Amino acid sequence: MGVVTVTAKFKPAVKEPGIPGMLRMTEERFTFTPTDQRSTVKLDVSFSKIKAHRFTKEGTKQALLNILHDTEKGGGYIFEFDNFSDRNVCRDFVGKVLGKFQTVPSPVQNAPELSTLVHGEQISAAELERRMKLLREDSELQKLHKQFVMSGVLTEAEFWAARKNMLDSDTYRTSKQRAGFKSAILADVRPLTDGQSNKVTFSLTREIIHQIFAEKPAVRQAFLNFVPSKMTENDFWKKYFKADFLYRAKNTLAAAAEAAEDEELAVFLKKDDIVAEESRRKIRRVDPTLDMAADAGDDYMHVMDHGILRDGSKETADTDNGLPQRTLLQDLNRHAAVVLEGRSNEVELGDTRAVAEALAKSKQVELSNQAEDEDANPDRLQRLRRMTEIEDLQGSQNLPFAALCIKDPREYFDSQHAIALKTLRETGGGTKFDNLILSAKEAYEYLVDQISEVKGGMNGPVIQSEAAIKILSGLNQHVSSTKYNLGKSPQESVLGRLPNKTKDEILDNWASIQELLQHFWSSYPITTSYLYSKVTRIKDAMTQIYRRLEEIKESVQSDVRHQVSLLIKPMLQALDAAFAHFDNEQQKRSAKSEGRHNGVAP
Amino acid sequence: MASSVSSKLYSDDVSLVVVLLDVNPFFWAGVNANSGTNQPAAALSFSKFLSHVLPFVSSILLINPLNQVVVIAAGVKSCGYIYDSGGGSDGTSVSDLRAGFLRRLEEFVERDRQLCRDGERAAATTSSLLSGSLSLALCYIQRVFRSGILHPQPRILCLQGSPDGPDQYVAVMNAIFSAQRSVVPIDSCVVGIRHSAFLQQASHITGGIYLKPQQLDALFQYLSVVFAADLQSRSFLQLPKSAGVDFRASCFCHKKPIDRGYVCSVCLSIFCKTHKKCSTCGSDFKQASADSRSKSDSKRKTLEAS
Repeated sequence: MGVVTVTAKFKPAVKEPGIPGMLRMTEERFTFTPTDQRSTVKLDVSFSKIKAHRFTKEGTKQALLNILHDTEKGGGYIFEFDNFSDRNVCRDFVGKVLGKFQTVPSPVQNAPELSTLVHGEQISAAELERRMKLLREDSELQKLHKQFVMSGVLTEAEFWAARKNMLDSDTYRTSKQRAGFKSAILADVRPLTDGQSNKVTFSLTREIIHQIFAEKPAVRQAFLNFVPSKMTENDFWKKYFKADFLYRAKNTLAAAAEAAEDEELAVFLKKDDIVAEESRRKIRRVDPTLDMAADAGDDYMHVMDHGILRDGSKETADTDNGLPQRTLLQDLNRHAAVVLEGRSNEVELGDTRAVAEALAKSKQVELSNQAEDEDANPDRLQRLRRMTEIEDLQGSQNLPFAALCIKDPREYFDSQHAIALKTLRETGGGTKFDNLILSAKEAYEYLVDQISEVKGGMNGPVIQSEAAIKILSGLNQHVSSTKYNLGKSPQESVLGRLPNKTKDEILDNWASIQELLQHFWSSYPITTSYLYSKVTRIKDAMTQIYRRLEEIKESVQSDVRHQVSLLIKPMLQALDAAFAHFDNEQQKRSAKSEGRHNGVAP
Repeated sequence: MASSVSSKLYSDDVSLVVVLLDVNPFFWAGVNANSGTNQPAAALSFSKFLSHVLPFVSSILLINPLNQVVVIAAGVKSCGYIYDSGGGSDGTSVSDLRAGFLRRLEEFVERDRQLCRDGERAAATTSSLLSGSLSLALCYIQRVFRSGILHPQPRILCLQGSPDGPDQYVAVMNAIFSAQRSVVPIDSCVVGIRHSAFLQQASHITGGIYLKPQQLDALFQYLSVVFAADLQSRSFLQLPKSAGVDFRASCFCHKKPIDRGYVCSVCLSIFCKTHKKCSTCGSDFKQASADSRSKSDSKRKTLEAS
C-alpha cells in the first residue's frame, strides 16, 4: 500500500479555519506536521486506535476527512484538503488500512478468499472495488459483512448475491454522464478586432473545430475534400472564417462576389445540402399517425423570409444572389439537434482530420441504418393501416389461445377453505361435538322449544353485574395491550424507552436475523449439496442468535422486560418457523434416503 | 318509524344494523346435547342466545330513534328476513318487538324444516348459509343506498355459531368483496366453539370487528360494548383488534396450508410439490421443466401475514 503524503489543513474543530501542513499516512500510523514550525500542533497517531472515518460528499463546499478514534462521541481528527481528489486518495487509503486492522484479529480472515476459490468465482478488480466502496460507506453493512462473511457463515459471493441491486445502482451512479456540446459556440466564436489595423482575429480550439464539424457537415465534407490536397489546414480555416465574417457582416454583395470568384469559399456560404438532406429524411420518418401533414416546412432549416437574423435585425435581405440567410432560429435548432444526437466518445480531440473522418464515418453508419429504415417503408404503411383500421370492416383477428379446462371446479374453489377447516380441527381439540349426528326432526323440535321458552318471557336480568365487570375489564386489558407499542414519536416508541445498549443489541440482532433468514429461505428448495451445507451453516448461526436473544431477554431489568420480550417475540417466532422448516425437511430427507437405501438393498 | 326513509334528516351517527342470526338447528341442538359435560362457558342454549340478542336489538333502537335494525336468519336450507324495525307492522314497544320477532322466527324455522327431508340426519357441524344471508343483507343495504342521498350508515353484524361451510367459500368471498366495495363493514361475533376463518377474513377485509367472546353467558355485555357504537363513534373508540388473519393458501394436492409452493402458470392452482401435469387444468409442465428442472413454473409465495 505504501505511503501517502499530501498537503492538508488540520482542524481541531469543524468551525475553525485549520492549520496548514503535511499529512503523511503509512500502513501503521498517520502523522501531521504543520508548515509553520512554531505551531505546537503535531500529530502522530497509530491506525490501531482508529475506529472509523467519515467524509464530506463530493461537490460540497469543503473536502473534509474525519478520522474517528471514538465513534460514539464523535472524537476524531478532521483534515481539510485542497481538492476532492486529494481527499479521496486519503479516504481510500484510510479505508483500506482500517479494513486491514479490523480483520487482523479474526482467526479465519482467509475465509472469503477460500470460499471464493471453492466456489470458483471470478471477481473483477472493479467489482471488488465497488464492494469495498459500499462497505466503506455503510458501516451497518460492514458490520454485517464482518459478522457473517469473516466468520464463515456466508461466503463472499452469497453475501453479495443478495445485494445485487446495491451493486447495480452503484454502477449506475458512477457511470459518467457524457457532456454534450457547449452552447457557447452560438455566441462565442466571434471576431475580435484590435481597432487599429484591419485585422480580424478568430480564435479556434479543438473543441470548437469538433463542434463545427458536427454542426456543419458541409464544412466537414469540404475539409475532407480540400485538406491537405488543395490547401493547408490553416488556409482552410482562414477561408471558413472569411466566409463567416462576410456572412456575419451581412455584406451579401461582397459575399456573392467572393463566392463567384472562389468556389471553395462558396461552399461555406451555400446552403448545407447534407443538413437539408438529413432533415428531409427525418421528416419522412415522422410517424404518420402522429402527424400526417409533416413536411419540409416543419423543420426551420430552410424556411425563408421569417425569423430573426443573427445580428438581431428582422429585415430580410434580397435573396437573389442565391446565398441563403440563416436565421437565429435555424442556428439554434441545428445546434439543439446536434446536442441531442450526442457526441461519440471515441472521437479524440486530436488530429483535425481524424475528427472529421470519424464524424463522417459515424454519419455514414447512421445513414446506412436509416437506409434500412427506408426499406422498412412497407412495414410503416402496414402499421399505418393497422392504426387507422375500421373495425367493422375487418375480419376477426384469430389470436391463438388455449381454453382453460378445469376438470373439477369444486376442487379448485374449495381447496382454499381446507386450510381453515384444518386449523379449526386442530384448535377444536376433537370434542364430542364433531362426531355428533342429529336427526333433523329432533333438532328442529329443540329449536322451536327454545323459541317458545323465550316467548314465555325472560326470567332474571340479562346479565350478571359481576360477569359484566369481568368482561369489561377483560376487553379493556386486551385493547390496551394491543395498542401499547404503537408510538408515533421515537421517544414514545418502546425502543426509545429502552437503555441504549439493549436497544443497539436488539437492532443489531434484528439486522442479523433478517440477513440470515433471507439467505435461509432463499436456499429452499434444496437441490444441491452446496445449498444444503449453506442452510446448515446458517441454521447454526441462527441458533447462536436465538441464544443471544434469550440472554438479552433475561439480562434486562424487570421494568422493561415485558416490552423487550414483546419486541423479541416476533424475531424468535421467525427463527422458530425457520427451524421448524429445517427439521421438517431434514426428516423428509432422511426418510427419503432411507427409503432409497432399502430399495437398493434387498 | 313507518314514515318514508328519505324524508328523515340523517346525521352520520344513524345506523342501519343488519344482524345475521345463526338459526342452525343442528348446531344449537348439538351444543345443547354437548353442554353440561365440558366447556360450560362455551355452551349457550338457543333460548339464552335469543335472550341476549333481543335486548341488544332493542338497545340499538334506543341509542338513536332513527336507527334501524334488520334481522336475517340463516338456516341450513334457507335464509330469510325475520325482523325489520323500519317495516312498521310490528309496532314500536319492546314487547311488540319481541312478539313479532319470535313469531317470524318460528315461521322461519317451520319453513326451513319443510325443506328438510323426513328422517334426514346431519352432523352438528353442518354449516349455515352464511353466503345467502350475507347476500340478503347486502341486497337490503343496496336498496337503502338507492333510497336517496340521505340514508343511515349500514353495517352488518354476523352472529355465527356453526362452523364455516367450505362449499360456500367462493360465494362468501364474493359477498365480502362486494361489501368492501360498498364500504359496508362486516362485524362478526362468533358464538361457536371455534374461530371462523370466513368471518375473520370478512371483518379484516371490510374493516369490521371480529370477536370471539370467551364467556358466552354474558354475550349481551360483549355485544353492547363492542358492537353497539355507530361507525362515526368507532373512529374515537379503541375497540378490540384481532391479532392477525392467516392468509396462507393451501395446496390443491394435500389441502395443506403452505408458506411456499408451486403455482400452475395456466390456472393458478397451488401445489406443494412439482408435478408433471397440473391436476386441475391438465396443463403439461414437462416442456418447461425439461431445461430448467421445475424452476420455470415455480413461484415463491410470500407469507402475507404471520
